Amino acid sequence: MLLNAFTIIMLLLGCFFFVAGTVGLIRFPDVFCRLHALTKSDNLGLGLIVIGLLPQTNTLSMAIKLVLVWLLLLITSAASCHLIARNEYKKQMQITSLEIKPQENNNDR
Amino acid sequence: MNILYVCVITVLLLCLVGGFIRVLLGPDNSNRMLASQLFGTIGVTIVVVLAFLQDNEVLVNVALIITLLASITVIAFLKLAEQSDSVSDDAERM
Repeated sequence: MLLNAFTIIMLLLGCFFFVAGTVGLIRFPDVFCRLHALTKSDNLGLGLIVIGLLPQTNTLSMAIKLVLVWLLLLITSAASCHLIARNEYKKQMQITSLEIKPQENNNDR
Repeated sequence: MNILYVCVITVLLLCLVGGFIRVLLGPDNSNRMLASQLFGTIGVTIVVVLAFLQDNEVLVNVALIITLLASITVIAFLKLAEQSDSVSDDAERM
């Protein structure tokens, strides 16, 4: 009974974090802000749901696999979000350097 | 318990719809890739909860593979974006 209550609370908390991440993805103004909202809250949501489902497992192998899913998602989403942020940063640096160059030429003249 | 699982899956599907809104609004491709990242995470979670709803252990293996594929799509997209950027830069220089 206590374990069922634990599962219910954890699943609802996980759903809350997923909804928060989605709202952040829609509402935030910038790519970096959206990354910040998306990665943290979604990984936390999946972690809470996995922790909530752990007491419901029948076998040990299923529990280990659940934890593995969470760890793998933490690693891969961190890597891919870092790549997206680097790509966006490079793009913005190119744009700003293109904007600065004409001004430097004007100063030389 | 089954009713709770169905409710969780429904909320997650609504989050997927929110991701589609970002795909429609997204000013450029990076924002759309963020939505695809969201789809990956939510897809994994839905499959994990579905494994408990159907009491089927095999679906957890499916969730592991979806995790890998979601990261590979993002990496492939960024590789393609870098290549197309360098190609367009070369074209401008010429």
